[in-house]
Amino acid sequence: MAMMPGELEDVEIRLLLEGLQQVYGYDFRDYADASIKRRLTQWLAESAFATFSQAQSQLLREPELFVSLLQGITVNVTEMFRDPSFFRALREQVVPFLKTYPFVKIWHAGCASGEEAYSMAILLNEEGMAGRYRMYATDIDEAVLQKATEGVMPITEMQRYTRNYQKSGGTASFADYYTARYDRAILSPSLKKDIVFAPHNLVADAEFGEMNMVLCRNVMIYFKPTLKERCLRLFDNSLLAGGFLCLGLKETLERRKMGDRYDEVAPGSRIYRKRYG
Amino acid sequence: MARRGRFQAVVIGVSSGGVQALKRLLGQLPADFPLPILIVQHISPDAGNGMAKLLDQLCAIRVKEADEQERVLPATVYLAPPNYHLLVERDGLLALSADAPVSFARPSVDVLFESAAAVFGAGLIGIILTGANYDGSRGVQRIKAHGGVVVVQDPADAETPQMPLAALAATTADHVVALADMAALLQRLAGGTAAPRRQGEASDA
Repeated sequence: MAMMPGELEDVEIRLLLEGLQQVYGYDFRDYADASIKRRLTQWLAESAFATFSQAQSQLLREPELFVSLLQGITVNVTEMFRDPSFFRALREQVVPFLKTYPFVKIWHAGCASGEEAYSMAILLNEEGMAGRYRMYATDIDEAVLQKATEGVMPITEMQRYTRNYQKSGGTASFADYYTARYDRAILSPSLKKDIVFAPHNLVADAEFGEMNMVLCRNVMIYFKPTLKERCLRLFDNSLLAGGFLCLGLKETLERRKMGDRYDEVAPGSRIYRKRYG
Repeated sequence: MARRGRFQAVVIGVSSGGVQALKRLLGQLPADFPLPILIVQHISPDAGNGMAKLLDQLCAIRVKEADEQERVLPATVYLAPPNYHLLVERDGLLALSADAPVSFARPSVDVLFESAAAVFGAGLIGIILTGANYDGSRGVQRIKAHGGVVVVQDPADAETPQMPLAALAATTADHVVALADMAALLQRLAGGTAAPRRQGEASDA
Protein backbone atom coordinates (compact mmCIF):
# COMPACT_ATOMS: atom_id res chain seq x y z
CA MET A 1 0.00 0.00 0.00
CA ALA A 2 1.36 3.40 -0.94
CA MET A 3 2.13 5.90 1.78
CA MET A 4 0.20 9.13 2.15
CA PRO A 5 2.20 12.04 0.68
CA GLY A 6 2.75 13.45 4.17
CA GLU A 7 4.22 10.21 5.52
CA LEU A 8 6.56 9.94 2.57
CA GLU A 9 7.77 13.45 3.25
CA ASP A 10 8.47 12.54 6.88
CA VAL A 11 10.72 9.72 5.64
CA GLU A 12 12.52 12.08 3.27
CA ILE A 13 13.08 14.62 6.05
CA ARG A 14 14.55 11.98 8.37
CA LEU A 15 16.94 10.84 5.64
CA LEU A 16 17.95 14.41 4.84
CA LEU A 17 18.65 15.33 8.47
CA GLU A 18 20.74 12.18 8.84
CA GLY A 19 22.73 13.14 5.74
CA LEU A 20 23.26 16.74 6.86
CA GLN A 21 24.57 15.53 10.19
CA GLN A 22 27.09 13.21 8.55
CA VAL A 23 28.27 15.68 5.92
CA TYR A 24 28.23 19.02 7.74
CA GLY A 25 28.14 18.05 11.41
CA TYR A 26 25.00 20.07 12.11
CA ASP A 27 22.59 17.80 13.95
CA PHE A 28 18.90 18.70 13.73
CA ARG A 29 17.60 15.27 14.62
CA ASP A 30 16.74 16.47 18.13
CA TYR A 31 14.70 19.41 16.90
CA ALA A 32 10.98 18.92 17.48
CA ASP A 33 9.28 17.59 14.35
CA ALA A 34 6.38 19.95 13.79
CA SER A 35 8.29 23.22 13.56
CA ILE A 36 11.34 21.91 11.71
CA LYS A 37 9.06 20.26 9.21
CA ARG A 38 7.24 23.53 8.70
CA ARG A 39 10.50 25.43 8.22
CA LEU A 40 11.95 22.81 5.87
CA THR A 41 8.76 22.73 3.82
CA GLN A 42 8.88 26.50 3.52
CA TRP A 43 12.47 26.34 2.30
CA LEU A 44 11.51 23.65 -0.21
CA ALA A 45 8.58 25.69 -1.52
CA GLU A 46 10.92 28.61 -2.21
CA SER A 47 13.59 26.37 -3.79
CA ALA A 48 13.75 24.93 -7.28
CA PHE A 49 13.16 21.39 -5.99
CA ALA A 50 9.91 19.47 -5.92
CA THR A 51 10.82 17.05 -3.12
CA PHE A 52 13.39 16.70 -0.34
CA SER A 53 14.80 13.64 -2.10
CA GLN A 54 15.49 15.79 -5.15
CA ALA A 55 17.08 18.51 -3.06
CA GLN A 56 19.19 16.11 -1.01
CA SER A 57 21.75 15.31 -3.70
CA GLN A 58 22.71 18.97 -4.14
CA LEU A 59 22.37 19.84 -0.46
CA LEU A 60 24.97 17.23 0.43
CA ARG A 61 27.37 18.44 -2.29
CA GLU A 62 26.98 22.23 -2.26
CA PRO A 63 27.82 24.00 1.00
CA GLU A 64 26.27 27.28 -0.24
CA LEU A 65 22.94 25.58 -0.73
CA PHE A 66 23.23 24.01 2.70
CA VAL A 67 23.84 27.45 4.22
CA SER A 68 20.56 28.71 2.78
CA LEU A 69 18.78 25.71 4.31
CA LEU A 70 20.57 26.24 7.62
CA GLN A 71 19.22 29.76 7.77
CA GLY A 72 15.75 28.53 6.96
CA ILE A 73 15.92 25.95 9.74
CA THR A 74 17.47 28.06 12.48
CA VAL A 75 16.01 31.50 11.88
CA ASN A 76 14.51 32.84 15.06
CA VAL A 77 12.21 35.76 14.58
CA THR A 78 12.53 38.27 17.36
CA GLU A 79 11.99 41.91 18.14
CA MET A 80 13.35 44.57 20.46
CA PHE A 81 11.82 44.40 23.92
CA ARG A 82 9.64 41.43 22.92
CA ASP A 83 7.37 40.80 25.92
CA PRO A 84 7.69 44.21 27.61
CA SER A 85 6.55 42.67 30.90
CA PHE A 86 9.66 40.48 30.89
CA PHE A 87 11.99 43.44 30.41
CA ARG A 88 10.15 45.37 33.11
CA ALA A 89 10.68 42.48 35.53
CA LEU A 90 14.37 42.40 34.56
CA ARG A 91 14.72 46.10 35.23
CA GLU A 92 12.86 46.11 38.51
CA GLN A 93 13.72 42.76 40.05
CA VAL A 94 17.01 41.56 38.57
CA VAL A 95 19.12 44.63 37.84
CA PRO A 96 19.20 45.69 41.53
CA PHE A 97 21.03 42.39 42.25
CA LEU A 98 23.33 42.71 39.24
CA LYS A 99 24.33 46.21 40.39
CA THR A 100 25.83 44.77 43.57
CA TYR A 101 28.61 43.14 41.50
CA PRO A 102 31.57 45.16 40.23
CA PHE A 103 31.28 43.37 36.89
CA VAL A 104 28.74 40.91 35.49
CA LYS A 105 28.88 38.37 32.68
CA ILE A 106 25.80 37.54 30.63
CA TRP A 107 25.26 34.77 28.10
CA HIS A 108 22.50 35.34 25.59
CA ALA A 109 22.04 31.96 23.87
CA GLY A 110 20.26 31.92 20.52
CA CYS A 111 20.49 35.68 20.00
CA ALA A 112 19.57 35.57 16.27
CA SER A 113 19.92 39.04 14.73
CA GLY A 114 20.56 40.62 18.13
CA GLU A 115 17.31 42.48 18.90
CA GLU A 116 17.07 41.20 22.46
CA ALA A 117 20.80 41.59 23.11
CA TYR A 118 20.58 45.26 22.14
CA SER A 119 17.43 45.62 24.24
CA MET A 120 19.39 44.27 27.22
CA ALA A 121 22.22 46.69 26.51
CA ILE A 122 19.80 49.64 26.48
CA LEU A 123 18.29 48.51 29.75
CA LEU A 124 21.66 47.95 31.48
CA ASN A 125 23.09 51.23 30.24
CA GLU A 126 20.03 53.13 31.46
CA GLU A 127 20.47 51.50 34.84
CA GLY A 128 24.02 52.83 35.09
CA MET A 129 25.82 49.58 34.24
CA ALA A 130 27.57 50.68 31.04
CA GLY A 131 31.12 49.33 31.04
CA ARG A 132 30.36 47.02 33.96
CA TYR A 133 29.14 44.02 32.01
CA ARG A 134 30.07 41.82 29.11
CA MET A 135 27.36 40.09 27.12
CA TYR A 136 28.24 37.00 25.08
CA ALA A 137 25.51 36.79 22.45
CA THR A 138 25.67 33.49 20.57
CA ASP A 139 23.86 31.77 17.74
CA ILE A 140 24.36 28.67 15.60
CA ASP A 141 24.08 30.67 12.37
CA GLU A 142 27.11 32.79 11.49
CA ALA A 143 25.28 34.75 8.81
CA VAL A 144 22.70 35.94 11.29
CA LEU A 145 25.49 36.85 13.73
CA GLN A 146 27.04 39.03 11.04
CA LYS A 147 23.72 40.82 10.79
CA ALA A 148 23.55 41.14 14.57
CA THR A 149 27.03 42.68 14.67
CA GLU A 150 25.97 45.33 12.18
CA GLY A 151 23.04 46.40 14.34
CA VAL A 152 20.97 47.72 11.46
CA MET A 153 17.20 47.25 11.46
CA PRO A 154 14.31 48.17 9.20
CA ILE A 155 13.05 51.64 10.11
CA THR A 156 9.49 50.36 9.75
CA GLU A 157 9.94 48.31 12.96
CA MET A 158 10.92 51.28 15.10
CA GLN A 159 7.40 52.36 15.93
CA ARG A 160 6.58 48.93 17.35
CA TYR A 161 9.92 48.73 19.18
CA THR A 162 9.36 52.18 20.67
CA ARG A 163 5.99 51.05 22.02
CA ASN A 164 7.55 47.89 23.47
CA TYR A 165 10.37 49.92 25.00
CA GLN A 166 7.98 52.33 26.69
CA LYS A 167 5.83 49.51 28.06
CA SER A 168 8.95 47.84 29.43
CA GLY A 169 9.70 50.83 31.65
CA GLY A 170 12.25 52.59 29.44
CA THR A 171 13.39 55.87 30.94
CA ALA A 172 14.79 57.72 27.92
CA SER A 173 13.71 58.53 24.39
CA PHE A 174 14.02 55.41 22.22
CA ALA A 175 14.88 57.55 19.19
CA ASP A 176 18.19 58.43 20.89
CA TYR A 177 19.37 54.86 20.39
CA TYR A 178 19.39 54.84 16.60
CA THR A 179 20.11 56.98 13.59
CA ALA A 180 17.60 56.86 10.75
CA ARG A 181 19.19 56.47 7.35
CA TYR A 182 16.73 56.02 4.46
CA ASP A 183 14.75 52.88 5.29
CA ARG A 184 17.12 51.69 7.98
CA ALA A 185 17.74 52.35 11.65
CA ILE A 186 21.40 52.14 12.64
CA LEU A 187 21.81 51.35 16.31
CA SER A 188 24.11 53.52 18.38
CA PRO A 189 27.71 52.22 18.75
CA SER A 190 27.41 52.79 22.51
CA LEU A 191 25.11 49.75 22.62
CA LYS A 192 27.64 47.49 20.92
CA LYS A 193 30.80 47.97 22.89
CA ASP A 194 29.93 45.57 25.72
CA ILE A 195 28.49 42.83 23.49
CA VAL A 196 30.54 40.01 21.94
CA PHE A 197 28.73 38.14 19.17
CA ALA A 198 30.07 34.59 18.70
CA PRO A 199 29.00 31.29 17.13
CA HIS A 200 27.79 28.57 19.47
CA ASN A 201 25.79 25.41 18.80
CA LEU A 202 23.57 24.34 21.69
CA VAL A 203 23.44 20.80 20.29
CA ALA A 204 27.20 20.20 20.43
CA ASP A 205 29.21 22.96 22.12
CA ALA A 206 30.25 23.39 25.75
CA GLU A 207 29.08 25.80 28.43
CA PHE A 208 30.31 29.32 29.12
CA GLY A 209 31.85 29.67 32.59
CA GLU A 210 30.78 31.80 35.54
CA MET A 211 27.82 33.69 34.18
CA ASN A 212 25.66 35.97 36.32
CA MET A 213 22.81 35.68 33.87
CA VAL A 214 21.81 33.38 31.02
CA LEU A 215 19.04 34.33 28.59
CA CYS A 216 17.58 31.76 26.24
CA ARG A 217 14.08 32.75 25.23
CA ASN A 218 11.91 30.92 22.71
CA VAL A 219 14.81 28.83 21.45
CA MET A 220 14.30 25.57 23.33
CA ILE A 221 10.61 25.46 22.35
CA TYR A 222 11.91 24.05 19.05
CA PHE A 223 13.84 21.21 20.71
CA LYS A 224 12.85 17.68 21.69
CA PRO A 225 12.85 16.98 25.45
CA THR A 226 16.30 15.33 25.42
CA LEU A 227 17.97 18.32 23.76
CA LYS A 228 16.08 20.70 26.01
CA GLU A 229 17.47 18.87 29.05
CA ARG A 230 20.97 19.16 27.60
CA CYS A 231 20.59 22.90 27.16
CA LEU A 232 19.26 23.40 30.65
CA ARG A 233 22.26 21.45 32.02
CA LEU A 234 24.58 23.69 30.00
CA PHE A 235 22.94 26.79 31.41
CA ASP A 236 22.96 25.41 34.94
CA ASN A 237 26.68 24.62 34.67
CA SER A 238 27.35 28.10 33.29
CA LEU A 239 25.53 29.97 36.06
CA LEU A 240 27.06 31.13 39.32
CA ALA A 241 25.01 30.63 42.47
CA GLY A 242 22.68 33.60 42.76
CA GLY A 243 22.68 33.95 38.96
CA PHE A 244 19.57 34.34 36.82
CA LEU A 245 18.16 32.14 34.07
CA CYS A 246 15.67 33.85 31.76
CA LEU A 247 13.31 31.75 29.60
CA GLY A 248 10.48 32.60 27.21
CA LEU A 249 7.10 33.42 28.72
CA LYS A 250 5.70 29.99 27.85
CA GLU A 251 8.75 28.05 29.08
CA THR A 252 9.07 26.83 32.63
CA LEU A 253 11.42 24.95 34.96
CA GLU A 254 8.47 23.18 36.55
CA ARG A 255 8.76 19.43 36.12
CA ARG A 256 12.47 19.86 35.26
CA LYS A 257 15.23 18.03 37.10
CA MET A 258 17.06 21.23 37.99
CA GLY A 259 13.87 23.11 38.83
CA ASP A 260 14.17 22.53 42.59
CA ARG A 261 17.42 24.48 42.73
CA TYR A 262 15.85 27.60 41.22
CA ASP A 263 13.25 30.10 42.41
CA GLU A 264 11.10 32.12 40.05
CA VAL A 265 11.75 35.80 40.73
CA ALA A 266 8.10 36.76 40.21
CA PRO A 267 5.24 34.41 39.28
CA GLY A 268 4.97 34.06 35.50
CA SER A 269 8.11 36.13 34.83
CA ARG A 270 10.07 33.01 33.76
CA ILE A 271 13.14 34.55 35.39
CA TYR A 272 14.69 31.96 37.68
CA ARG A 273 17.35 32.58 40.31
CA LYS A 274 19.83 29.84 41.13
CA ARG A 275 20.04 29.14 44.86
CA TYR A 276 23.20 29.40 46.89
CA GLY A 277 24.59 26.08 48.09
CA MET B 1 -4.71 8.39 22.55
CA ALA B 2 -6.12 4.95 21.86
CA ARG B 3 -9.65 5.74 20.79
CA ARG B 4 -12.09 3.39 19.16
CA GLY B 5 -13.99 5.96 17.09
CA ARG B 6 -12.84 7.43 13.85
CA PHE B 7 -11.98 10.86 15.20
CA GLN B 8 -9.07 11.77 17.44
CA ALA B 9 -9.16 15.55 17.65
CA VAL B 10 -10.98 18.77 16.78
CA VAL B 11 -9.25 21.96 15.65
CA ILE B 12 -11.02 25.32 15.53
CA GLY B 13 -9.97 28.57 13.86
CA VAL B 14 -11.73 31.80 14.74
CA SER B 15 -11.01 35.50 14.54
CA SER B 16 -13.16 38.59 15.03
CA GLY B 17 -16.36 37.76 16.86
CA GLY B 18 -14.57 34.79 18.35
CA VAL B 19 -15.19 35.33 22.03
CA GLN B 20 -18.96 35.21 21.63
CA ALA B 21 -18.81 32.31 19.16
CA LEU B 22 -16.55 30.22 21.40
CA LYS B 23 -18.69 30.94 24.45
CA ARG B 24 -21.73 29.61 22.62
CA LEU B 25 -20.07 26.59 21.01
CA LEU B 26 -17.97 25.39 23.94
CA GLY B 27 -20.75 26.24 26.38
CA GLN B 28 -22.90 23.57 24.76
CA LEU B 29 -20.35 20.78 25.02
CA PRO B 30 -20.44 18.34 27.94
CA ALA B 31 -17.54 18.08 30.42
CA ASP B 32 -16.77 14.60 29.10
CA PHE B 33 -16.68 15.44 25.41
CA PRO B 34 -14.51 12.57 24.15
CA LEU B 35 -12.02 14.49 21.97
CA PRO B 36 -9.36 17.10 22.60
CA ILE B 37 -10.14 20.50 21.04
CA LEU B 38 -7.32 22.77 19.87
CA ILE B 39 -8.19 26.39 19.14
CA VAL B 40 -6.50 29.29 17.44
CA GLN B 41 -8.29 32.52 18.19
CA HIS B 42 -6.64 35.62 16.76
CA ILE B 43 -5.73 37.77 19.71
CA SER B 44 -3.49 40.72 20.57
CA PRO B 45 0.13 39.77 21.40
CA ASP B 46 -0.16 41.37 24.83
CA ALA B 47 -3.39 39.69 25.84
CA GLY B 48 -2.86 37.55 28.91
CA ASN B 49 -4.46 34.16 29.44
CA GLY B 50 -7.73 35.79 30.53
CA MET B 51 -9.62 34.32 27.60
CA ALA B 52 -8.90 30.71 28.64
CA LYS B 53 -9.80 31.49 32.24
CA LEU B 54 -13.06 33.15 31.22
CA LEU B 55 -14.12 30.26 28.96
CA ASP B 56 -13.14 27.74 31.61
CA GLN B 57 -15.46 29.45 34.09
CA LEU B 58 -18.33 29.65 31.62
CA CYS B 59 -18.13 26.15 30.14
CA ALA B 60 -18.61 22.67 31.52
CA ILE B 61 -15.69 21.35 29.49
CA ARG B 62 -12.19 22.16 30.78
CA VAL B 63 -10.53 25.07 28.95
CA LYS B 64 -6.87 26.05 29.32
CA GLU B 65 -4.09 27.87 27.55
CA ALA B 66 -1.76 25.42 25.76
CA ASP B 67 1.63 24.82 27.38
CA GLU B 68 4.64 23.69 25.41
CA GLN B 69 5.19 19.93 25.38
CA GLU B 70 1.84 19.35 27.00
CA ARG B 71 0.18 16.02 26.26
CA VAL B 72 -3.11 16.35 24.40
CA LEU B 73 -5.95 14.88 26.46
CA PRO B 74 -9.60 14.18 25.64
CA ALA B 75 -12.32 16.38 27.15
CA THR B 76 -9.95 19.35 27.19
CA VAL B 77 -9.89 22.57 25.19
CA TYR B 78 -6.47 24.10 24.47
CA LEU B 79 -6.20 27.74 23.38
CA ALA B 80 -3.09 28.93 21.55
CA PRO B 81 -1.28 31.49 23.73
CA PRO B 82 -1.02 35.08 22.46
CA ASN B 83 2.02 35.69 20.23
CA TYR B 84 2.80 31.97 19.67
CA HIS B 85 1.80 29.51 16.98
CA LEU B 86 0.30 26.26 18.27
CA LEU B 87 1.29 22.96 16.63
CA VAL B 88 0.91 19.24 17.33
CA GLU B 89 3.77 16.75 17.34
CA ARG B 90 3.48 13.19 16.04
CA ASP B 91 3.72 11.84 19.59
CA GLY B 92 0.63 13.81 20.63
CA LEU B 93 2.46 16.60 22.45
CA LEU B 94 1.63 20.23 21.86
CA ALA B 95 4.35 22.52 20.54
CA LEU B 96 4.63 26.30 20.48
CA SER B 97 6.52 28.36 17.95
CA ALA B 98 7.57 32.00 17.81
CA ASP B 99 8.12 31.87 14.04
CA ALA B 100 7.00 34.81 11.93
CA PRO B 101 3.27 35.52 11.68
CA VAL B 102 1.45 33.65 8.90
CA SER B 103 -1.28 35.59 7.08
CA PHE B 104 -0.44 38.42 9.51
CA ALA B 105 -1.45 36.20 12.41
CA ARG B 106 0.41 34.63 15.32
CA PRO B 107 -1.13 32.35 16.38
CA SER B 108 -2.20 31.33 12.87
CA VAL B 109 -5.06 28.98 12.07
CA ASP B 110 -3.18 27.58 9.05
CA VAL B 111 -0.18 26.62 11.16
CA LEU B 112 -2.33 24.68 13.64
CA PHE B 113 -4.51 23.03 10.98
CA GLU B 114 -1.59 21.96 8.79
CA SER B 115 0.35 20.37 11.63
CA ALA B 116 -2.77 18.69 13.06
CA ALA B 117 -3.71 17.33 9.62
CA ALA B 118 -0.28 15.69 9.33
CA VAL B 119 -0.65 14.06 12.76
CA PHE B 120 -4.33 13.07 12.91
CA GLY B 121 -5.03 12.53 9.19
CA ALA B 122 -8.56 11.25 8.63
CA GLY B 123 -9.13 11.43 12.38
CA LEU B 124 -9.31 15.21 12.41
CA ILE B 125 -12.30 17.54 12.43
CA GLY B 126 -11.45 21.11 11.40
CA ILE B 127 -13.85 23.97 12.09
CA ILE B 128 -13.78 27.52 10.76
CA LEU B 129 -15.86 30.09 12.63
CA THR B 130 -16.45 33.83 12.28
CA GLY B 131 -13.53 36.01 11.21
CA ALA B 132 -12.47 38.92 9.02
CA ASN B 133 -9.60 37.39 7.03
CA TYR B 134 -8.61 34.29 5.10
CA ASP B 135 -6.39 32.54 7.66
CA GLY B 136 -7.38 28.87 7.82
CA SER B 137 -8.24 28.39 4.16
CA ARG B 138 -4.93 26.62 3.42
CA GLY B 139 -5.42 24.63 6.60
CA VAL B 140 -8.84 23.28 5.61
CA GLN B 141 -7.42 22.26 2.23
CA ARG B 142 -4.74 20.28 4.01
CA ILE B 143 -7.25 18.64 6.34
CA LYS B 144 -9.30 17.51 3.34
CA ALA B 145 -6.18 16.26 1.55
CA HIS B 146 -5.44 14.05 4.57
CA GLY B 147 -8.98 12.67 4.61
CA GLY B 148 -10.28 14.70 7.55
CA VAL B 149 -13.65 16.41 7.93
CA VAL B 150 -14.19 20.15 7.49
CA VAL B 151 -17.01 22.07 9.17
CA VAL B 152 -17.63 25.72 8.36
CA GLN B 153 -19.93 28.12 10.15
CA ASP B 154 -22.69 29.24 7.77
CA PRO B 155 -21.45 32.67 6.58
CA ALA B 156 -24.98 34.05 6.97
CA ASP B 157 -24.82 33.05 10.63
CA ALA B 158 -21.31 34.40 11.28
CA GLU B 159 -20.73 37.76 12.95
CA THR B 160 -18.01 38.36 10.35
CA PRO B 161 -18.39 36.11 7.30
CA GLN B 162 -15.02 36.53 5.49
CA MET B 163 -13.17 33.66 7.13
CA PRO B 164 -15.97 31.10 6.55
CA LEU B 165 -16.34 32.38 2.96
CA ALA B 166 -12.61 32.02 2.33
CA ALA B 167 -12.66 28.46 3.71
CA LEU B 168 -15.65 27.56 1.52
CA ALA B 169 -13.90 29.02 -1.52
CA ALA B 170 -10.79 26.97 -0.74
CA THR B 171 -12.38 23.57 -0.26
CA THR B 172 -15.62 21.62 -0.23
CA ALA B 173 -16.82 21.59 3.35
CA ASP B 174 -18.46 18.44 4.71
CA HIS B 175 -20.83 20.48 6.84
CA VAL B 176 -21.96 24.12 6.70
CA VAL B 177 -23.97 24.82 9.82
CA ALA B 178 -25.14 27.61 12.09
CA LEU B 179 -23.35 28.00 15.37
CA ALA B 180 -26.46 26.89 17.27
CA ASP B 181 -26.31 23.47 15.59
CA MET B 182 -22.57 22.93 15.76
CA ALA B 183 -22.26 21.40 19.22
CA ALA B 184 -24.85 18.76 18.33
CA LEU B 185 -23.00 18.00 15.11
CA LEU B 186 -19.72 17.62 16.98
CA GLN B 187 -21.32 15.32 19.52
CA ARG B 188 -22.70 13.17 16.74
CA LEU B 189 -19.35 13.00 14.94
CA ALA B 190 -17.38 12.38 18.11
CA GLY B 191 -19.84 9.74 19.26
CA GLY B 192 -18.68 7.69 16.31
CA THR B 193 -22.21 6.92 15.16
CA ALA B 194 -21.58 8.25 11.67
CA ALA B 195 -20.24 5.60 9.31
CA PRO B 196 -16.55 6.18 8.68
CA ARG B 197 -16.06 7.33 5.12
CA ARG B 198 -13.33 5.82 3.06
CA GLN B 199 -10.03 7.61 3.38
CA GLY B 200 -9.68 9.72 0.24
CA GLU B 201 -6.93 8.99 -2.25
CA ALA B 202 -5.34 12.22 -1.16
CA SER B 203 -4.72 13.86 -4.48
CA ASP B 204 -1.44 15.67 -4.69
CA ALA B 205 -3.15 18.97 -5.48
